[in-house]
Amino acid sequence: MRKRALFGIATRSILRNKLRTLLTMLGIVIGVAAVIVMVALGQGAQAMIEKQIKGLGTNMLMIMAGSTSQGGVSQGAATFNRLTIPDAEKLARESTLLSAVSPVIFSRGQLIGGIGNWRTMIMGVAPSYQAIRDWPMQSGNFFTDADLRSVRRVVVLGSTVAKALFPDEDPVGQQLQLRNVPFTIIGVLAPKGQTAGGNDQDDTVIIPYTTAQAHLAGHSRIGQIIASTFSPSDLPAAQQEIRQIMRDAHKIAPGDDDDFTIRNQDDIAAAASGSTRVMSLLLAAIASISLVVGGIGIMNIMLVSVTERTREIGIRMAIGARGGDVLAQFLVESVVISVAGGLIGIVLGYLAGFALARATGWAVAMPPDAAVIAVLFSAAVGVFFGFYPARKAAALDPIQALRHE
Amino acid sequence: MNVATTTPPVIRLEGVTRVYSAGSNAVRALDGIDLAVARGELIAIMGASGSGKSTLMNILGCLDTPTAGRYELDGVPVNGLSRDELADLRSQKIGFVFQGFNLLARTTALENVELPLLYDRTGRFAGRASPAPEALRRVGLAARMHHVPSELSGGQQQRVAIARAIVTGPSLILADEPTGNLDSHTSIEIMALFQELNAQGITIVLVTHEPDIAQHAHRVVEMRDGRVLRDEPVAAPRDARRELASLGAAA
Ligand SMILES: Nc1ncnc2c1ncn2[C@@H]1O[C@H](COP(=O)(O)OP(=O)(O)OP(=O)(O)O)[C@@H](O)[C@H]1O
Ligand SMILES: [Mg+2]
Repeated sequence: MRKRALFGIATRSILRNKLRTLLTMLGIVIGVAAVIVMVALGQGAQAMIEKQIKGLGTNMLMIMAGSTSQGGVSQGAATFNRLTIPDAEKLARESTLLSAVSPVIFSRGQLIGGIGNWRTMIMGVAPSYQAIRDWPMQSGNFFTDADLRSVRRVVVLGSTVAKALFPDEDPVGQQLQLRNVPFTIIGVLAPKGQTAGGNDQDDTVIIPYTTAQAHLAGHSRIGQIIASTFSPSDLPAAQQEIRQIMRDAHKIAPGDDDDFTIRNQDDIAAAASGSTRVMSLLLAAIASISLVVGGIGIMNIMLVSVTERTREIGIRMAIGARGGDVLAQFLVESVVISVAGGLIGIVLGYLAGFALARATGWAVAMPPDAAVIAVLFSAAVGVFFGFYPARKAAALDPIQALRHE
Repeated sequence: MNVATTTPPVIRLEGVTRVYSAGSNAVRALDGIDLAVARGELIAIMGASGSGKSTLMNILGCLDTPTAGRYELDGVPVNGLSRDELADLRSQKIGFVFQGFNLLARTTALENVELPLLYDRTGRFAGRASPAPEALRRVGLAARMHHVPSELSGGQQQRVAIARAIVTGPSLILADEPTGNLDSHTSIEIMALFQELNAQGITIVLVTHEPDIAQHAHRVVEMRDGRVLRDEPVAAPRDARRELASLGAAA
């Protein structure tokens, strides 16, 4: 009953100064909203990355040029482009744990065909690429080893490209100019969606790497070699095996650093979440600054309130309130303000999260425990910043307080 | 008075002194007060401005403690009690009535009267009907329970304050110039209420500047420079209710 009375006193005094209380809450509102958006974005990005890692293909490994083992810096242009087709062929030949290996030659170029033209990414790969990426067809077929050996000008379209150039018909069997070289479309890949960085994975065309070398020479390099193992448990051993074969291929003396980097799905996930972590840190900084500023705002308004209500405090003490009762009254009041601000902040944060998800297409997850933590946190802010004014009220001399005008 | 000899006094002061040390010069606001107030008494304290009446009331009300001397309230020695213990004594044994009413603004009469119950630690009022409506009825304000102070006249506000003072059933009511802000007719009405409550057994100490008001008490204590100058029973206390009746007849 006493506790309910305390809340009654607090809410009544707060409602008496609605605008003032609302302005006081603002810092907490913004701080908590930022926390909610931060958590929502972070968790959304995490979920998206996990989904994408699965989308990369099962048991996938990626080999890239350049060393990141020491200091994380590649050793300049001379050693940068050191992945070669023979490297990929040697890996395919000598490894015992890899089920498939494919080089990937990246390039960009203009397509002409269908209803117009389109600039996109061109990837030159081996037929095994499809299995490694676990990327089904929407129509037609992927190219074969025969196409690769014969350096055929055949192309497989990503679904975005297919939609852009052939909106109303199946492009399979049609012709296409790729950097002014005519190609025959033999298949369209199923949509795979965006990467964590927001890149559209379907905005691409895929051709045999031999064809890429023959017709796009000078504009292409082997960006990476991708491979897959027979089973996930082979991944660590396969990484060791690849390292040995690659060091052998590149004739690296014992004790020297690798001039390539092998990444598994965990590494890729970590790299992807690194960028969202920067965003989260930024939001965390905004959140903590707002919460501190909000707390100081509450402290300020509570000090004003204690001064305004000095006589009330004197009356309460004269009729039997202990210092502790007065302390509790003002502490409850500041906690009610901060928690109310926190609740408004949660609502705003969730709305902002949904708005952001709509506007940017980022994945946003709304974890309910973030709301609980936000409420507890704003209550803590209320206690921390309300304590000094409340103690000041409790320490008043009742005679002086009663004389206060 | 007979009562004083049969029951222990509500108030017993022995050599009570209160020194305010404002910088280098100290003010002896109270200078060796000896005073006993028996249960059921209605006494008036008079004296010139600055003679120490309010200082004495603050000590009697456990809002302040003496610099020297002994104070026993209802048999409990007050000297050396902590702030919380003093608060509990006020809560259990004392009701205050102030010159400026000191009601909480924007708070109904009923809620103002219920306020002391919030700070009760004895649990006397738990699980029972609130005594606040009955207290308001005793001061004649049952019909104004849900009015806020700004909707009440000065006399009505003082009645609410008196209801707040009696709601916990205290041993002692302390009133520092309770009629100071009221016109003479309303003052007599308030004195009639005090006399009525006193007749029901409540001990009352009030401070006043007006000799007419003081004549309603059983006994008048006059102070000067922090000392008791005179302490005499009133030969024939006035009856406020009869005065009101004759005033009404005259009008
Ligand atoms: N807090 C204080 N600090 C210093 N001196 C004080 C304080 N309070 C009262 N005094 C002094 O103590 C003396 C008695 O004051 P008190 O208020 O008790 O007088 P009073 O009899 O109630 O006067 P009044 O009739 O004007 O209300 C005065 O000289 C006053 O200046
Ligand atoms: Mg005074």
